[in-house]
Amino acid sequence: MFDNLSDKLDRAFKVLKGHGSITEINVAETVKEVRKALLDADVNYKTAKAFTDTVKEKALGMNVLTSVSPGQLMVKVVNDELVELMGGNVSELDIKQNPSIILIAGLNGAGKTTFTGKLANYLKTQKGKKPFLVAADVYRPAAIDQLKVLSEQIGVPVYTDYESKDPVKIAEAGIAKAKADGNTVVIIDTAGRLAIDEQMMNEIADVKAATKPHEILFVVDSMTGQDAVNTAKAFNDRLDFTGVVLTKLDGDTRGGAALSIKSVVNKPIKFIGTGEKMDAIDVFYPDRMASRILGMGDVVSLVERA
Amino acid sequence: EKTKENVFSKLTKMIAGKSTVDDDVLDELEEILVTSDVGVSTTLKIIERIEDRVARDKYLGTSELNAILREEITGLLEENNSADFDKLNINDNARPYVIMVVGVNGVGKTTTIGKLAHKFKQSGKKVVLGAADTFRAAAVDQLHIWGDRVGVRVVSQQMGSDPASVAYDTLQSAVANGEDVAIIDTAGRLHNKVGLMNELTKIKNVMQKVVPDAPHEILLVLDASTGQNAIEQCKQFTQATDVNALALTKLDGTAKGGVVIGISDQFKIPVKYIGVGEGINDLQLFNKVEFVNSLFKN
Ligand SMILES: Nc1nc2c(ncn2[C@@H]2O[C@H](COP(=O)(O)OP(=O)(O)OP(=O)(O)O)[C@@H](O)[C@H]2O)c(=O)[nH]1
Ligand SMILES: Nc1nc2c(ncn2[C@@H]2O[C@H](COP(=O)(O)OP(=O)(O)OP(=O)(O)O)[C@@H](O)[C@H]2O)c(=O)[nH]1
Ligand SMILES: [Mg+2]
Ligand SMILES: [Mg+2]
Repeated sequence: MFDNLSDKLDRAFKVLKGHGSITEINVAETVKEVRKALLDADVNYKTAKAFTDTVKEKALGMNVLTSVSPGQLMVKVVNDELVELMGGNVSELDIKQNPSIILIAGLNGAGKTTFTGKLANYLKTQKGKKPFLVAADVYRPAAIDQLKVLSEQIGVPVYTDYESKDPVKIAEAGIAKAKADGNTVVIIDTAGRLAIDEQMMNEIADVKAATKPHEILFVVDSMTGQDAVNTAKAFNDRLDFTGVVLTKLDGDTRGGAALSIKSVVNKPIKFIGTGEKMDAIDVFYPDRMASRILGMGDVVSLVERA
Repeated sequence: EKTKENVFSKLTKMIAGKSTVDDDVLDELEEILVTSDVGVSTTLKIIERIEDRVARDKYLGTSELNAILREEITGLLEENNSADFDKLNINDNARPYVIMVVGVNGVGKTTTIGKLAHKFKQSGKKVVLGAADTFRAAAVDQLHIWGDRVGVRVVSQQMGSDPASVAYDTLQSAVANGEDVAIIDTAGRLHNKVGLMNELTKIKNVMQKVVPDAPHEILLVLDASTGQNAIEQCKQFTQATDVNALALTKLDGTAKGGVVIGISDQFKIPVKYIGVGEGINDLQLFNKVEFVNSLFKN
């Protein structure tokens, strides 16, 4: 298991203890530990560097405060900065339209199809909506069957076309059917694709153009490492997505990718996935994610120890 | 090729003619390695090796440096991947040769099984697949489609049935049919879920009732885009099932999969296969030199 950041900072804070104020020298030591911890948490290399530079600047700027110890100050600066970067408050989904169209996109195996089912279930049970699913992954073996099974589990209709190889036509036909049946939200599941696969990226751009979605959600595995920034940027450049979904947070990953993605595309993280079942979905809380990345569930206790 | 050489030549220029490696070089190297998911501690280990080497060899000419960089990084893989697998190497005395495929959710287990079955079939082996993921929606259908594609038999039961029982059935019928290779698909599971990890141990034990030394190969599938969490995955899966081979998937993307360097070094488990696409032919045998070179691309 990783050394968590609190341990690392505690060690670094020993350097700070006994000093009345934060100086260039002692802050450098702590910042190095913070940076290492961020990298261990899979925060992108450049993001981590920029982040610690900011932290350093802020910490030095604050050294006039004598009422708190330098250690306490550092913890606070790091945490506040992280929470701010993660995005201040919970970001809502735009489901006011009738029907609202939601397009799901992301890399292979990220959890798109599972999330499509979960979101429909959430909108049906928590928001009083009438969701409708569209199976627009024509590539992955049994992708359509997978969505169909989920739709049956949650009792939500799904549009499928086993013959068609054209996701644009499927999406259009699906939306038409959803409208005719009086559904209020349409969620379109798409195939996993690599950001560097031109043809596949063109395809999803075409689906976007044809369906004019109100929300485009980029689904990303929370265990993703340094590549998260490349992928998020490429998908965003192409689709200008409206939000991010972080899956598989029921694991023990620190989830530093969340910070990297936020800092490179500046789009809100809207939902998290916390399991394989249809109810394992939650809205995203920036402060909880900040603590998770830092590996300190309880910042307060750390401050007290510092 | 071009961009790859650029990184090397940049590093080379920085080091050439010096008897110590200065901070600029180390920073550059650190960035390359960390952004390939090699991880901080393994990166530091590599940097130490380079420093030692430079100190020992005193003067280093430009031409030697490329080689040294590659060698030292390859070294961490080499110590455990003593020889690259130049062919599908399975024990012919084990019949059926049983491969159990494990890993966290969505890494590419089922797809890897399809590709692997194709490779074995091409090399003249009779293959059977066991659909022991009875949990994920349409998992059995997915494996059946792969079985049809490749033209191999798939043993399955209903969704929701006991995975250990499917594995047992698969081996029994493999023995009865005289199949050479049996590959067991398992449901994706996160390594921190104790109950699900115990289930793997059970599947393994049940198979031994049919083939006493099965499974001969426990293949842990890792997604190349996974960061440092892959280390914990490897640790937990190894503890539950004695993983003895790794497959690294999705290397056709921009992710480098550098985390396997530390994994290979720490757990002494060889990387055997890499996945480079979704197609039936997109599986290759791991080649450490090529892999290390790819870390320095762009
Ligand atoms: N533990 C856990 N597993 C998840 C979560 N979300 C998805 N999964 C699992 O991850 C695997 C992949 O999920 P899918 O929904 O098939 O992923 P996908 O993005 O649709 O995959 P492709 O369509 O092949 O690109 C499945 O085993 C899911 O059950 C989550 O939040 N937690
Ligand atoms: N680009 C690319 N995609 C891959 C590769 N290997 C698998 N995939 C894709 O990744 C997704 C997940 O693959 P699966 O084989 O279903 O993964 P799994 O580990 O069996 O998933 P679960 O059983 O749900 O845990 C699918 O869309 C595959 O086509 C690869 O090497 N490259
Ligand atoms: Mg899918
Ligand atoms: Mg599978």
